[in-house]
Amino acid sequence: MDLRYTDATPTETEREAVDALLGPPSSGWDGGAERTGEDLRWARGGASAAKDRRDQLLPALHAVNDRVGWISEGALDYICRRLTVAPAEAYGVATFYSLFSVRPRPAKVLHVCTDLACAARGSQAVCADLTERLGSPGTPAEGAVWQESPCLGLCERAPAALLLQAGEDPVLQAGEDPAHTAPLSPPAPAAGTVRCSAALAPATAPALVTAVRAPLEAAEEPPAAAAVPQAGDPALVLLRRIGTVDPSSLDDYRSTGGYTALRRAFTLGPAGVIREVVDAGLVGRGGAAFPTGRKWQATAQQADGPHYLVCNADESEPGTFKDRVLMEGDPYALIEAMTIAGYAVGAGQGYIYLRGEYPRAYERLAHALRGARTRGLLGPDVLGQGYAFDIEIRRGAGAYICGEETAIFNSIEGQRGEPRSKPPFPVEKGLFGKPTAVNNVETLVNVLPILERGAVAYAATGTETSTGTKLFCVSGQVDRPGVYELPFGATLRELLDLAGPPERLRAVLLGGAAGGFVRPDELDVPLTFEGTRAAGTTLGSGVVLVLDDSVELPRILLRIAEFFRDESCGQCVPCRVGTVRQEEALHRIADRTGAAAAQDIALMREVGQAMRDASICGLGQTAWNAVESAIDRLGVYK
Amino acid sequence: MTAVPLQPPRRLVTFTLDGEETRVPEGSTILDACRSAGQDIPTLCQGDTLTPKNACRVCVVEVEGARTLAPACSRRAEPGMTVRTDTERARHSRKVVLELLASSTDLSTTPRAEEWIKEYEAEPGRFGADAARMNEQPKIDNDLYVRDYDKCILCYKCVDACGEQWQNTFAIAVSGRGFDARISTEHDAALPDSACVFCGNCIEVCPTGALSFSTEFGMRAAGTWDETAQTQTTTVCAYCGVGCNVTLHVQENEIVKVTSPHDNPVTHGNLCIKGRFGFQHVQNRD
Repeated sequence: MDLRYTDATPTETEREAVDALLGPPSSGWDGGAERTGEDLRWARGGASAAKDRRDQLLPALHAVNDRVGWISEGALDYICRRLTVAPAEAYGVATFYSLFSVRPRPAKVLHVCTDLACAARGSQAVCADLTERLGSPGTPAEGAVWQESPCLGLCERAPAALLLQAGEDPVLQAGEDPAHTAPLSPPAPAAGTVRCSAALAPATAPALVTAVRAPLEAAEEPPAAAAVPQAGDPALVLLRRIGTVDPSSLDDYRSTGGYTALRRAFTLGPAGVIREVVDAGLVGRGGAAFPTGRKWQATAQQADGPHYLVCNADESEPGTFKDRVLMEGDPYALIEAMTIAGYAVGAGQGYIYLRGEYPRAYERLAHALRGARTRGLLGPDVLGQGYAFDIEIRRGAGAYICGEETAIFNSIEGQRGEPRSKPPFPVEKGLFGKPTAVNNVETLVNVLPILERGAVAYAATGTETSTGTKLFCVSGQVDRPGVYELPFGATLRELLDLAGPPERLRAVLLGGAAGGFVRPDELDVPLTFEGTRAAGTTLGSGVVLVLDDSVELPRILLRIAEFFRDESCGQCVPCRVGTVRQEEALHRIADRTGAAAAQDIALMREVGQAMRDASICGLGQTAWNAVESAIDRLGVYK
Repeated sequence: MTAVPLQPPRRLVTFTLDGEETRVPEGSTILDACRSAGQDIPTLCQGDTLTPKNACRVCVVEVEGARTLAPACSRRAEPGMTVRTDTERARHSRKVVLELLASSTDLSTTPRAEEWIKEYEAEPGRFGADAARMNEQPKIDNDLYVRDYDKCILCYKCVDACGEQWQNTFAIAVSGRGFDARISTEHDAALPDSACVFCGNCIEVCPTGALSFSTEFGMRAAGTWDETAQTQTTTVCAYCGVGCNVTLHVQENEIVKVTSPHDNPVTHGNLCIKGRFGFQHVQNRD
């Protein structure tokens, strides 16, 4: 492969950032400053070397963006030389993700969520106030720039904002030995800009301005347990450790039953684990409700190898934050569950694909991985059982579509995060073209109670076809927003009673932007996969967004349409253009009703049907659901 | 006579196509099956020498038991499958997709677009005069060819042809996302500053005329482009010894563009800069 690079050169800082990830270049062929006489005697690199390293593209883009705040032509070119990637392709990847910039911008970027839960709790006022104090979005002021953002997954503390400051990595700076357990909060930074992040929620414009001026002094985030109103309740299964154990302590984890499930898995053997999961009736919690055991079995029996395990932690559905709470509050549980899943499907390597907007979850998981490795719970010989397994965290960079199971593969492989056509399905050809099991965080964590208690005991909870418990992300106009855990079969009314419903309930959005609305008179719908399906809606990822009559529904619908237009990858026509046409129609009828809206509603229906039928992936197929349900079930434009 | 390499025999797959039992070689797509049955399904992004990206979604058909429609160009026929190509659902999707395309891009140089729009009774105008469009100005940064992305439907064929499926030059890729996605060089550089080697293989595969010879672009602008008055002559390129076939498109005794037959086993439609663009000396009559 004869690639042509540009003449742009990286700055010293950019070069350092990339070399810290990839190591120094070995010769002039892969980006070394000069070609030595020896280099000129033979060529290294080529197509096979490129294929080996392409998956480092996303981490390398992160390295520069984290250090400098944006990716210059010189930096991109240097990354391309190091990885033997064509600059045009790398540019295509860099411009795909919203957290990266290929234009100069300040090191501090403030993301202000304007998505559903935050919109219902006043994000518009925060943005208006912020415009007065810092100028309009996208305009640099005070060494920072602010921008509106899709859901940040901090819905229980809406309205929310996230401040990301590029700079030197404080952990690397402190010379931390990755083998040793690190303190949870980074050490005091030395002079210069230090990389940091601050989740600011609930956000007010004055607090945001203060945080922008001094990001390191921003108020600390409340612990993960603050998002769990039921914390401490002995009936909890998946959330039982949150708020009762220290998420940074492996000893705490083990003293509360941690790693008993993995030990049982080793006594059962891979086939035995799969049998237990099948018997327990576990189905995927990411939204599609596919039987987990069947997926594992199909992956395990593939002759091609190696097999991979991918944990889908790209929780970007507006209104969803349960996986964040699990990862921040009980990170070892996910690691143990992944080790079991990897053992069952015959994988030696697992990936956690974590959304880029979750810096605290990243920190906690990275810490837990180091801890597990140190104690021999990950690595070449897990628990002395001769099973080799390790986990790598891959950070997304701001793209909802990367939560789609095949888009994850493209993203990890260093391609644009576009979904692939199915068939072939991931169990057959997934990550790196090999058999891969992809499971959501909540799904994986369910494996622990299944193995600890046995399939029969697990299946005793819930209903016949929806077994176990389910996490619900309750946000919007309730007294106690947060993650709730209830056995399947509880009704929406029971859930709302726990969270404190508003006096004048207008509607509940179930399943997020890709879900559907239910009316106040439908609160007795049982929260099971079959029950919500029968009621014409979906559980989806567990979003329960509660809206009272102070909310302007047309505005919420417009936000949903905007969301899908922004997040469409653009690969297929029905989704790329259809989402735009739907948003245009919603704009036209924003204040209209009845006959004045009828024509545009008919148009949206036609476009929506084609998107549902002809789009490549679930994003386009479900983009019209919520708006359609608002029209049909709530009569928004009547 | 060109030698055509024979492939090993393939097993036959039996499935039902529009109520008829059909047998096709294993690995055939639904579109292959339709075409060998003499049936026409519209498609834009499918190309005979590239792996279909199935991005345009004009060729969707209904597969019994499937939740969504399937792209005929890339879905392979499976034993026992029941496929219907002309159901109301499939026709509706094709109609809307054609409307979405025609309302956002300029399909005036897309072969058969007009015919399909009529056949499916698509009305691109009903999204209103303010419907967002690509709204791109033609990019003219070299003497050989023009990129008019207002006509681009993002079928990825040029990217695949420039990349690992044909040319291995990797000069262009898709950048941006969603409605803002565009075919682009790195940092949107001009073609002469990019990795482009001007083989023109991207023009060869472009289904909409978004990529065209400067000659064609200029003649269209002047209103002198007339395909009915053109003759096509396939000959052998005289520049080197490889023996690539070139097809000369001639209008009023002037070569106006050069293509290459895709069924040629040497080139499969590929040419280099000389074969594709080096035709001026032929008509230098001084």
